[in-house]
Amino acid sequence: MTFELETAKSPEKLRRVAIDPVSRVEGHGKVTILLDDDNKVHQVRLHIVEFRGFEKFIQGRPYWEVPVMVQRLCGICPVSHHLAASKALDMMLGIKQLTPTADKIRRLMHAGQMLQSHALHFFHLSSPDLLFGFGSDMAKRNIVGVVAAHPEVAKKGVLLRKYGQEVIRMTAGKRVHGTGSIPGGVNKSLSAEERAELLKDAYQMVAWSRDAVGIIRGLFEQNLTQYNAFGRFRSAGMCLVRADGAMDLYHGGLRARDIDGKTLFDHFDYSRYWDVIGEDVKPWSYMKFPFFKSLGTEDGSYRVGPLSRVTMCDHIPTPLADRERETFLAFDGGSAAGATLGYHWARMIEMLHAAETIKDLLHDDDIVGHDLMATGQRQERGVGVIEAPRGTLIHHYRVDENDQVTRANLIVSTTHNNQAMNTAVREVAKQYLDGVEITEGLLNHIEIAIRAFDPCLSCATHALGQMPLEIAIVGADGTVLDEATRDHRGLTREIRELP
Amino acid sequence: MNETNTFLLDGEEIPFTPGQTIIQAATAHGVYIPHLCWHPEFKAHGSCKICTVKVNGRFGSSCTMAAQAGMNVENRSTELDDKRRTLLQMYFVEGNHFCPSCEKSGNCSLQATAYELKMVSPHFDMFYPDRPVDASHPDILLDFNRCIMCSLCVTASREVDGKNVFSMGGRGLLGRRIHISSESGKLADTDFALTDRAASICPVGVILPKRKGFAVPIGERKYDKLPINLQVTEETQ
Repeated sequence: MTFELETAKSPEKLRRVAIDPVSRVEGHGKVTILLDDDNKVHQVRLHIVEFRGFEKFIQGRPYWEVPVMVQRLCGICPVSHHLAASKALDMMLGIKQLTPTADKIRRLMHAGQMLQSHALHFFHLSSPDLLFGFGSDMAKRNIVGVVAAHPEVAKKGVLLRKYGQEVIRMTAGKRVHGTGSIPGGVNKSLSAEERAELLKDAYQMVAWSRDAVGIIRGLFEQNLTQYNAFGRFRSAGMCLVRADGAMDLYHGGLRARDIDGKTLFDHFDYSRYWDVIGEDVKPWSYMKFPFFKSLGTEDGSYRVGPLSRVTMCDHIPTPLADRERETFLAFDGGSAAGATLGYHWARMIEMLHAAETIKDLLHDDDIVGHDLMATGQRQERGVGVIEAPRGTLIHHYRVDENDQVTRANLIVSTTHNNQAMNTAVREVAKQYLDGVEITEGLLNHIEIAIRAFDPCLSCATHALGQMPLEIAIVGADGTVLDEATRDHRGLTREIRELP
Repeated sequence: MNETNTFLLDGEEIPFTPGQTIIQAATAHGVYIPHLCWHPEFKAHGSCKICTVKVNGRFGSSCTMAAQAGMNVENRSTELDDKRRTLLQMYFVEGNHFCPSCEKSGNCSLQATAYELKMVSPHFDMFYPDRPVDASHPDILLDFNRCIMCSLCVTASREVDGKNVFSMGGRGLLGRRIHISSESGKLADTDFALTDRAASICPVGVILPKRKGFAVPIGERKYDKLPINLQVTEETQ
């Protein structure tokens, strides 16, 4: 299956423009655009050029090392991997219910991460585009420029992130790459002093998060036409929801809807995710392309992350964020809820939800409890799914009788969004680049579309060994001299239960 | 104490009893001499060379050299710590020491010594040796990636546990390693037990109890509380 503008018919005759590397995103990626002599766009691709190896080198390691090791996939939201791996190994240990203290400490850690990651993305990475304009002076279009022009906004961004990092430090032991969550529970709860220290600023964080929602709402109001149309496309979506349909970023069942909003599956038990999700590969990217099996590779791509979560949940279980969600969904007849830049608005609503969640959990006495570990009846495998800042994150492990991991499969948030990001940049290329002289400011529009998804390209390129690849040897004249496919079943790799 | 039984260690007068080695006397007096393979419970092995000091201007292993009255011993000089750091860098590149995901991190003598000697990089090219993990035992994991050949497990198993579970064998840099004394070469086929002294003697993360990883939070591990040079008198590992 090839999408519009994915592959040009005669690439050898076209001019190539590359954005390499894409800046202000996590990890390394590049965009290539093929244009003809009239600057008409024929091909746009977001390439992921990193190559990692976590699924391979986790094999043979003892299972209790996994939550600490796999979080090294990322330095921005390692807590997601830390918790998803822990949840998978909880299941492997046969634990159906954590102790209340363990469950709430993990949720607190996760909310701290959601707060810091969303603050980092909005204030440090994206606000320069949004506050100064998409094609504004490149010299000012960065966080230093924001500090100079909008010092109060920048300060709140820095302090929101710092607070989230402090929540992580007190629950996980370190701001980055802690060890707090272990299979079966946690290794620490909060002390009374830690709780009091976090409570001091908890209400301020809620207020500043509300202000941040106001900033992006105001930007939408000021730039309604541009923001609604920018890289807009219709997409299916997926997220976790709680049993009552509420947003739950830590645990729940899978909900998926097609581009018309029709439910494909709901409250689906994620321990058999492979029944509903497949993965496609393309010869030009290290990153896989997941799809809903019921719709196939052609129509089955979807998006995950804040926009899917905020628009697909029935409500948000904290009052201020839920009110902002209602405003977002009703804005201009629902237009922002389908816009690519709606991701930013949804992300700030989630940041507010995270701040409210932290405040609520800090008032819960379970977080200073001492019952940290649960036990269960050992199983052979475990699947853990969590809503990471960037979207649904799946960890799947098989462990042998000697406690060693024999197989691992990770489907990370950015991988789910692969096709959606490619579609968004192609839409932007059509809207802004087609037939005009390309400038740096116009190329930044492409990056803005990618940034809206807050991709983590480091996380998304974790595979080694098991990844199917198609290789083509192309002559100077563009003819394909030889090609080979690693997977004997062709381009599509069926996800299945790990053997 | 006989007043003549003293020697100078970095200018400080250290008392000793006849028969004590330099490191034993220093440790009893609360003075830290960096070391890896020496353990106060056992006879010195003298292999790691980290405890090398200068005695009256000449290099010697403080774990094997007997203390003598009137010695002038250099310990924490820049010259000696530079050489110790280089030795440590060799230990790090010869094995596969991935502290970020190692359960022993924070409780590891190799890591703590590297911090103490301000080692900030491995300097040399990594060897990436192919070392086995033996997970066959129901209660204990052996991860030889982290082995520094200190032989403390060999000594403890033989002298305290009376079992001879471990032995040192092989030749050459990559061939020399710890062997398991069973026909299969697997720990599961020995009578090794979690309660053995050898099960808790490893200064690095080779011998670890199973299913208890990362149970101690960051901040409460041995060397989180005090650096290794300030834990001399209570050192029993």
